Order: sequence, then structure tokens, then C-alpha cells
Amino acid sequence: MNWTAIALTLKLATLTALILVVVGLPLAYWLSFSRWRWKFLVESVVALPLVLPPTVLGFYILVAIGPHSPLGRFYTSLVGHPLPFTFEGLLFASILYSLPFAVQPFATAFDQVDRRLVETSWTLGVSRVKTFFKLIIPLSVAGVVTGFVLSFAHTLGEFGVVLMVGGNIEGETRTVSIDIYDEVQALNYAGAAKTALFLLAISYCVLLAVYAMNRKVWAPWPQK
Amino acid sequence: MASEMMVDISKSFPGRLTVNVSFQMPLEPPTVQILFGPSGAGKTTVLRCLAGLEQPERGLIKFQETTWLDTEAGVRWSPQHRALGYMPQDYALFPTYSVAGNIAYGLGALTSDERRRRVAEVLALLQMQGTEEFRPAQLSGGQQQRLALARTIARHPRLLLLDEPLSALDAPTRASLRGELRDLLKRLRIPSVVVTHDWAEALALGDQMVVMDRGLVLQIGSPQEVFSRPKNADVARVVGVETVVQGRIVESAKDLAVVAIDGTRLIALATEDVGRDVFVCIRAEDVVLESAEAGAISARNRLTGTVMEISPMGALVRVRVDCGFHLSALVTRVAIEELGLAPGASVVAAVKAGAVHLVPRQGTRASVTA
Repeated sequence: MNWTAIALTLKLATLTALILVVVGLPLAYWLSFSRWRWKFLVESVVALPLVLPPTVLGFYILVAIGPHSPLGRFYTSLVGHPLPFTFEGLLFASILYSLPFAVQPFATAFDQVDRRLVETSWTLGVSRVKTFFKLIIPLSVAGVVTGFVLSFAHTLGEFGVVLMVGGNIEGETRTVSIDIYDEVQALNYAGAAKTALFLLAISYCVLLAVYAMNRKVWAPWPQK
Repeated sequence: MASEMMVDISKSFPGRLTVNVSFQMPLEPPTVQILFGPSGAGKTTVLRCLAGLEQPERGLIKFQETTWLDTEAGVRWSPQHRALGYMPQDYALFPTYSVAGNIAYGLGALTSDERRRRVAEVLALLQMQGTEEFRPAQLSGGQQQRLALARTIARHPRLLLLDEPLSALDAPTRASLRGELRDLLKRLRIPSVVVTHDWAEALALGDQMVVMDRGLVLQIGSPQEVFSRPKNADVARVVGVETVVQGRIVESAKDLAVVAIDGTRLIALATEDVGRDVFVCIRAEDVVLESAEAGAISARNRLTGTVMEISPMGALVRVRVDCGFHLSALVTRVAIEELGLAPGASVVAAVKAGAVHLVPRQGTRASVTA
């Protein structure tokens, strides 16, 4: 097994999921609570990675962060080297690619929070931000964990976007799925099988956790 | 400006209802204002506008010298800044917090010591000691209601807004908590707006009452005044009770009480303790009129009186009878003709004991010290 690739993939997935919690929670809050009539425009953009071929998404990200784009030039001037074919570039692409897998469970959980509880909190003098942390997040724990786990699992298995944006650099952008592809190309089926099984096991365990939680097999506190 | 709250708002829900309400409410001494009306009258909308949770299209809300809302000047205070206590109909207790946690929830500005002291104080006030660690779901309906009140008053709000505070309870609990709530409101001395569709609740709690129907104010006055002298047929239909007089219980035994209204005595059903001073309430449709010569009937109360006024009320006719106090009866046109009723005619009004409702009167609660 290629442990370098496994370690890299786990690091990428963990960072992606963590950043998506930070970025996705406010976005999901806005999607859930806003009464703006054009909200569906943003909802559709967030959901795009669900239906877009990864190569297409990867292509646009590559162009967007490449040395000819304003974003790419800004990054290069800041760090000294361009973003594509680096771990950071891969991380950026992963975040966009997994965005709906985090934001949708978050927003669904927020949708289910009784608005009267939220309003009562406001009338008790508690600001909207504090209400979010004191009331809405504790009521949405299952959704937040689901979003974290799903975006983690989704990043583990990504292939097309990685190939387009990251390439195949050992220790920098070669993830598990690329490694499996390489092994098969080299007709090393035994090596590919071991790594594939490892990925399958992790993905299955992660989904077990999600479904167990949503069935309330165990709950953080007694439900009403 | 005087110490009062001024409300003049309009809010429309396209295709459903337009709420257009204006009233004043004295704040000193603190009064309990009732918003009364059938469901769908827009009472809750008014309450939510006062809380700042609903935005009226046009309106002005002034609390003492503070302008909470002025749509023309673009003033709109958030619910957080109005420093009020709002209790929604189903209490909205926070399921992720304990009883103590719910009460302490809005006390973030206090130090943890002050907070603990205030929680203990409020728990004692509502006789809930010992439930601190419970979750709201583990409480009975009555305890949940008390917890919601406790959380609402913990911050010393300037105004209490209670939406159907007792309607989620079963009937016996409701009756006993009604008295408790009345005493509490008087003791706290916080001006309150209470939404209800229950006339007994309105009479027991209210100092002033706004009758609403289909988004509009129909009548404003003291509950007794509104119930006994509805301004027109619409109000009469909405409030339902038409005879409300002050009485005093002089005797009670075996679930029956004898209540004296000036010189007249009535027998009423009294299954719960209502104190000595009561409002005697009789719905006009529960009063049977008969000619003065009729013999014994099953109704406990037979009152001889004179017809004062006869006024048509849609398909029925309202007859006001002076039988020591003023009693309203609703009868058919045919009955008027058969009995030969006209102003000045003598008539017997019969009322079953079960139709004489007793509601505790404000006189008893004035004695509670502040």
C-alpha cells in the first residue's frame, strides 16, 4: 500500500471537512433563514458540484486559479509560486467540490429548528450570533456531524478534480484514488486491490456513522 | 407624554387577513391588557408586532417615551432591544437546556453568581424548586407553563406578552393556574398584554380588554363592561357572554353555591374554589323566558322581572330583563309573540345552576401585596 498517498488523502479530507464547517455553517444559516426571493440562485450554485462532471469542475477551477487569472496572479504575488499542482490548490478545489455535501445537511438541520425557539431567544435579548451558537448549533448537531462526515468521505474518493487541478505529484497531490489508477495502469492488481479495499472500508464506516446518527441509534441528549 | 403604550399598526397577509389595530394601554399603575377574539382574529399578529418579531407595513408603537416602531421615520427596534418578555403559545422551551438553563438563558449580562441567585429567586417565586436539573420534556404541562413564565420574567422585562398562556393545559390545570397567573401578574407589577379567546381568562386576568375580529378592533373597555354591554351584534357574537355582574358567595355546599347579586340570590355550580368575590356570568342563550304564571320547572333559578329592552340580533331577539340585576336572554321571534313580551311586561327568567358561571373577581387579588 502507498502510505504516503493514504496519509496525504486523509490530511486533504480532514482539512477540507474542517474548512467546510467554518465556511459552510454561515452559508447554510443564510440559506435556511434568508427570505430573499432570489435565494434559489445561490442554492443552485452550491448544488452544482453534485451534477457537474468532476473534469468540468476541475477545468474551471484550474483556469480560475491558473497564472493567467486575477486570482492566480494574486496568489502567486502573495506566496511566490502558482496555485495549481500544489496541495493548497488541491485543497481549494476539494472545498468547492464537496461544498454541497456539507452545506446541504447543515441547511436541512437548520430548516428543522423550530423558528419559535429562535424568536424566543431573540426576545430574551440574545443576539442573532449568540442564538446561533447557544441554540441553533446544539439543536443541529446531527446535521453538522453529517455534513462534516459526508464532505470528508466525498473528498477521500475524488479523482477527476484531483487529476485536473493537482496532477499526480508524489507526496504533494497524489491521492489514494490516483494511486489505485496508477497501480492498475502498471498491471499491479494486488497493490490496487489492497488500497481499494482500504478506501472501501473507510467509506463504509463513515456512512455507517452518518446513518446510525440520523436514525438516532444514539443521541447526544434525550429527544422530546 | 403620559406613561402609556401607544399602538397603531397595520399588517396584511395577502389573500388572508389584514390586521389594522390601534389602542392605548396605561403602564402606571401596571395594567393587564387582554386581546380577545376568535382564532384568526389577528391577536397573535398584534402580539408579535409588539415583540418586534413581525414587521407591520405601516405603524407606530411607542412605549412610554421610547419609539419602538415608526415606519414613516424608519425606526424599528429589534426584539433584543425592547427588553420585554414574550411567551409564545406552546412555550418554546429550549429542549437542549435544563430547567435552570432555560431560566438562565437570557441572563448573559449577569455574573455567574448573580445569575445563580436570580434563577433560584425565580424558581422560588413559581414554586419550582427541585426541578433545576430536569429537561423541559420531563415536566408536566403545568410545570412547563410555569417554566416558560419563569424564563420570561427572569430578566425583569418592562412588558410581558403572553400568547394564550393557559390554552395548552387540560381544563382542571387551567382553572387552578388561572388564579396563580392572576396573582403573579399583580405581584410582579409588570404591564402585560395577554392574548386569549377564553372569556373566563379575560375576566379573571384583565384590567382592560380589546375585542378583535378579522383583524379589526371592535370594542375596548374593561372586561366586565365589554361582556355585559357589547357595543353591537358583532361584539356580542364574538364575546358570547352577555350578563356579567358582580356578586358575592354567601353560602356553598355540595358543589353548589348561593351567590348574592344586590338583593337577588342565584344558585350556581361551584366545583372549584373561586373565593368570595366573583363575577357572575350567564350566556344569553342559556336563559329561558316564560310567562309569569308558569309552574315549577327543573331550573334552579327562577327570577321574576320586567322587560327593559327588546332588540333583534339576526335570527334571534335579545331581551334585557331587570330582575334585580340586568339579565340578557336570547330567544326566537316566535317566543316573543307567544309570551306577549314588550318593554314593561312582567316575565320569569329561568337559568340552570350549571349555566351560572363564577369567575374570581379582581377584588380578591387587590389584597395581594406587591
